[in-house]
Amino acid sequence: MFYREAGEFRTSYTDDGQTFPIAFDRWRYYAVLAIAFLVVPFVINDYWANAIFLPFLIYAIAAIGLNILTGYCGQVSLGTGGFMAVGAYACYKLMTGFPDINIFFHVIGAGFITAGVGVLFGLPSLRIKGFYLAVATLAAQFFLVWLFNRVPWFYNYSASGQISAPERTVFGLPVTGPATEPWAAYLFCLVFVVAVAWIARNLTRGSVGRKWMAIRDMDIAAEIIGVNPLTAKLTAFAVSSFFVGIAGALFFAVYLGAVEVGEAFGIQKSFLVLFMIIIGGLGSIFGSFAGAAFMVLMPVLLKNVLVGGLGWATDLAAHIEFLIVGGLIVTFLVAEPHGLAQLWRVAKEKLRLWPFPY
Amino acid sequence: MKDTVESYTTPDGRTIGGVLMEMKNITLRFGGVVAIKDISFDIREGEIRAIIGPNGAGKSSMLNVISGFYKPQEGEVWFRGERRGPVKPYQVAREGIARTFQNIALFEGMTVLDNVMTGRITHMKAGLPAQALWWGKAQNEEVANRAHVERVIDFLEIQAIRKTPVGRLPYGLKKRVELARALAAEPKLLLLDEPMAGMNVEEKEDMSRFILDVNDEFGTTIALIEHDMGVVMDLSDRVVVMDYGKKIGDGTPDEVRGNQDVIDAYLGVAHD
Repeated sequence: MFYREAGEFRTSYTDDGQTFPIAFDRWRYYAVLAIAFLVVPFVINDYWANAIFLPFLIYAIAAIGLNILTGYCGQVSLGTGGFMAVGAYACYKLMTGFPDINIFFHVIGAGFITAGVGVLFGLPSLRIKGFYLAVATLAAQFFLVWLFNRVPWFYNYSASGQISAPERTVFGLPVTGPATEPWAAYLFCLVFVVAVAWIARNLTRGSVGRKWMAIRDMDIAAEIIGVNPLTAKLTAFAVSSFFVGIAGALFFAVYLGAVEVGEAFGIQKSFLVLFMIIIGGLGSIFGSFAGAAFMVLMPVLLKNVLVGGLGWATDLAAHIEFLIVGGLIVTFLVAEPHGLAQLWRVAKEKLRLWPFPY
Repeated sequence: MKDTVESYTTPDGRTIGGVLMEMKNITLRFGGVVAIKDISFDIREGEIRAIIGPNGAGKSSMLNVISGFYKPQEGEVWFRGERRGPVKPYQVAREGIARTFQNIALFEGMTVLDNVMTGRITHMKAGLPAQALWWGKAQNEEVANRAHVERVIDFLEIQAIRKTPVGRLPYGLKKRVELARALAAEPKLLLLDEPMAGMNVEEKEDMSRFILDVNDEFGTTIALIEHDMGVVMDLSDRVVVMDYGKKIGDGTPDEVRGNQDVIDAYLGVAHD
């Protein structure tokens, strides 16, 4: 079975507009889904879940969120960490305030609250663009972290100033708290990832997505064909923050369990997610996954090679790791400015004709 | 003629209807610079109306006034029998006015198909939740609008480049894609800002043919700015001539050609 278009005839616009128009692609995608849902939960252990799968899935959601705002709508944001914090704290307040409701709805609710906050901080985007907007979102980042540190109501007046997730269950199985099985946490996050990716894909292929891209590529022309820049930008902020909020809620409740806001959702988190989408590919859902995988896996891989393989001291390896990851990012961006998604696209173009390119 | 007859038939058999858009005593200033000075003219339904004039005459400013980018300090814009208040460009688009730009303003990162589909945005009403789930209305709407876009694509003969990103296309094709995007909106009034700038003779002929076909088949009213006099005189039913922000001529191509002010503006006058 090769990657081929030949012999595939699409006879309706619905067929032509589908996400994976090529059958081989479609089957590969179903296979990945099947493995993720049916195989991984049975082989996953604590190390794999906490070091790789959970951060990868959660960052993938955050990256999709930021990619909608920055990659599709062209509005640079450095506030991702702050918005993740909103999601985390909203989830915490909902979990402790309404303990009888399923955690699933808490996470969704956290997404909606973050969407509202995102729209609020998105208002300046109507007047300012580019770097100046980035600085405005940076203000959001610092303000939100400050707010969650200073107002005790947000952390329920706990002495440490931290928030920690109480145990909550889905179908009788704990997904938060110390008793959580790795596979349950993994499946809980996976459901959100699949749903978010599916929604993001639907939005970006329809008229909302085209409005966002029109604003990104040329806002004047977008306006002249009937795009209201106000609603287009604010929906991008809302949808993006919704996803980022979900990521923040999962990051806090499922992955970390206990969070101190400055540490978990500081400015470095914003940069990390921004790196993910730049490396993965702006304006691509696949790129969000690729970028998240790169930024999560690379440090783990390096650590295994340097400490495990070469037997270096842990602290030395940790510092070298920064150097190498930084170097890799620079090299990578020089070699392929459009990210991993572009590499993937080129590979697919080549594969269509391989092995007889003429 | 235009003041006495409500509708008339051109020599080549097309019917020109009543007044679609009327500009009354438009004055536009940028600080101390007067870009447009007390200009009035009308555009009738179904006609091809040209606006010509030397560089800096205020033609593009006039188009920008029509499409809502500039707000004239004085004067009134009437469209389809109603006076237009202060509007934003996207509201103008919803009224049924589409335009192309002098320097192509396409969405470079999107495919030709997506670019033309953006032209249908004023016709797509599905809400965010429906689109997020790709449900019912969202999907039906997408297919229905795609069908319309495909007709435009066929009409302008750009089927082969449907899925190509616009950034990769040559200049002449980009101009055509931009026209396709404007046409996809099914405008009542189509504004073309120098549709033939920078084209060679064949491309100009193609573009002229498309403009005439659009007018003929869809009955779209067209207002265009163009520097190529041969093209203007051949295509248009009536011509407005501007110079230094003032209107110096208005009428059929033949009338304009004989107008002494117009000749002076284009050829210059001897100063003695």
